[in-house]
Amino acid sequence: MKLKLLGAAGMALFLAACSDHANKNVNTGAATQQVGPTPGSEADLVATAGDRVLFALNQNTLSSDAKATLDKQAAWLAKYPQVHVQVAGNCDDRGTEEYNIALGERRANAAHDYLVAKGVDASRITTISYGKDRPTAVGDDEASWAQNRNAITAVQ
Amino acid sequence: MTSSVKPLIPDDDADRLAAAFGRRGFMGAGVAGGLMATPLFAAGAAHAQAAGDAEITVDQARTAPIPIVLPSLGSGVAQQITDVISADLGNCGLFRPISASMPQGTPDFGSYKSMGARAAMTGKVVDQGNSLRVEFRLWDVVTGKQIQGTAYTAASQDWRRIAHVIADVIYGRLLGEQGYFNSRIAYIARSGPRARQVTRLAIMDQDGADSRYLTNGQWLTLTPRFNPANSELAFMSYANYRPRVYLFNLNTGQQRLLGDFSGISFAPRFAPDGRSVVLSVTRGSGSDIYTVDLATMARRQITSSGAIDTSPSYSPDGSQIVFNSDRGGSPQLYIMSAAGGDAKRISYGHGHYGSPVWSPRGDLIAFSRIANGSFSLGVMAPDGTGERILTQGFTVESPTFCPNGRVLAFCRQSSAGSNGAGFATGINTIDITGFHERALPAGSASDPTWSPLNK
Repeated sequence: MKLKLLGAAGMALFLAACSDHANKNVNTGAATQQVGPTPGSEADLVATAGDRVLFALNQNTLSSDAKATLDKQAAWLAKYPQVHVQVAGNCDDRGTEEYNIALGERRANAAHDYLVAKGVDASRITTISYGKDRPTAVGDDEASWAQNRNAITAVQ
Repeated sequence: MTSSVKPLIPDDDADRLAAAFGRRGFMGAGVAGGLMATPLFAAGAAHAQAAGDAEITVDQARTAPIPIVLPSLGSGVAQQITDVISADLGNCGLFRPISASMPQGTPDFGSYKSMGARAAMTGKVVDQGNSLRVEFRLWDVVTGKQIQGTAYTAASQDWRRIAHVIADVIYGRLLGEQGYFNSRIAYIARSGPRARQVTRLAIMDQDGADSRYLTNGQWLTLTPRFNPANSELAFMSYANYRPRVYLFNLNTGQQRLLGDFSGISFAPRFAPDGRSVVLSVTRGSGSDIYTVDLATMARRQITSSGAIDTSPSYSPDGSQIVFNSDRGGSPQLYIMSAAGGDAKRISYGHGHYGSPVWSPRGDLIAFSRIANGSFSLGVMAPDGTGERILTQGFTVESPTFCPNGRVLAFCRQSSAGSNGAGFATGINTIDITGFHERALPAGSASDPTWSPLNK
């Protein structure tokens, strides 16, 4: 909900910033002003590290891709020690509502625990689970489900 | 809805029938708050006899719905009452209503017999200004005897409740078990785009009438559960981004937090006596089951497997709990003592299981099963034997039993397809035999929970 919207908005800002940047380069031939996301912001997290990791069906195991993303998140969080984040776990809709609330929290905790192991203070990270009730992709096919099995890190 | 409760006057015939047949819990005539019931004696025949003639087993009724003549009780609200009685009886699948004009005096049983009718209703509605008096008689067409005669008086705006009570009396008299039409279903009303659905706690009559919202949709709200003993719901709300279980008092509209856990508290269900709630709380990579005493708010942890233990549901005698756990590697159903301890797995079919709920009769556990990407809704005995799938679909989950255990309401959702356009969610009901599935007119909805009989 709020967190996801922030993520989406951050993504949109980032894309807009990129196109602005490109246009400025084309128009002026010089990029003298800073046009990227605000340092330490959600958009910056998305641009620098990526805000989400994906999971296999009914799993909370972190893939090498997921660990690479979380490594970048940990480095980014080390750079902005005042920032607090919330990790939201989500599921595809091929489980029951209640089981998926617990499964989403299990995924959020997998990301949380990895970030803490990488040196992020646990007090800076909260977790939440939306089960299958806040899908990123609104479709029902393998591609959508794969996107919806995630843990999304959002700046608080 | 439970205001202005008046003293109840027992129906003589009801008492006599109950005594004669030793059936459990004959509901009597006057059961509804705000309703007063008085006996009407059969003209001529002093009392009903041979009531056994009027009893037909439910299993027979499933294969051959009982034909019953339901003449119009009059015009205006009298017709509306007739329509609700007819809809209750017809929609449950166990009766075949036959419309007719109201006879003068004693019905012509010969003509009813020739129509194939087994039973008949007669009566009339008297508008008393602010209240209605509905005189109702139920007849055994074969013997020509009056099975019941009762006059119901209630505030005019409660006409639906009178109709549901009459339908329950007909159901009870002819099937020998308590009806369930005078009950409600709480649920989650859903609106808006799928990625961010607005969810409101809502409640309606069991037939979908008189729906209303209880919360404003500001926060994600899920899994309402009725207290079997009173007008209270437990539900989960994401208020202030802290997903937790709350209680909602339907009489006062007041909400209160249930316990204060550090993890997410979810999946609440009341104990059969309504005095405590069993729920689950996330911890680490799993969730534990706790009970919370509603009087003292004292909590007791009854599982600590480290796996996901959730969706607990009590047996009707309160001695056992069925729940969902992936302690064995995949989500399956387990049974344990209500005090915790060793759990025994009871689900062994193909796929994953979830959302178990124990029938109020005690003999069945309803569940969802997920295999090959689609859901089934089924029932099994508490020892895991006799699994039967009642219906299937893209998503069929969150079963809840009606008060007599004869019917399940559940959430049915369609596949959204590749672009989300196909998504639809609604509440259906189905007989535990697997017959008579029908959609309730609840709109976009999920998470049904059936109330106890209205008091």
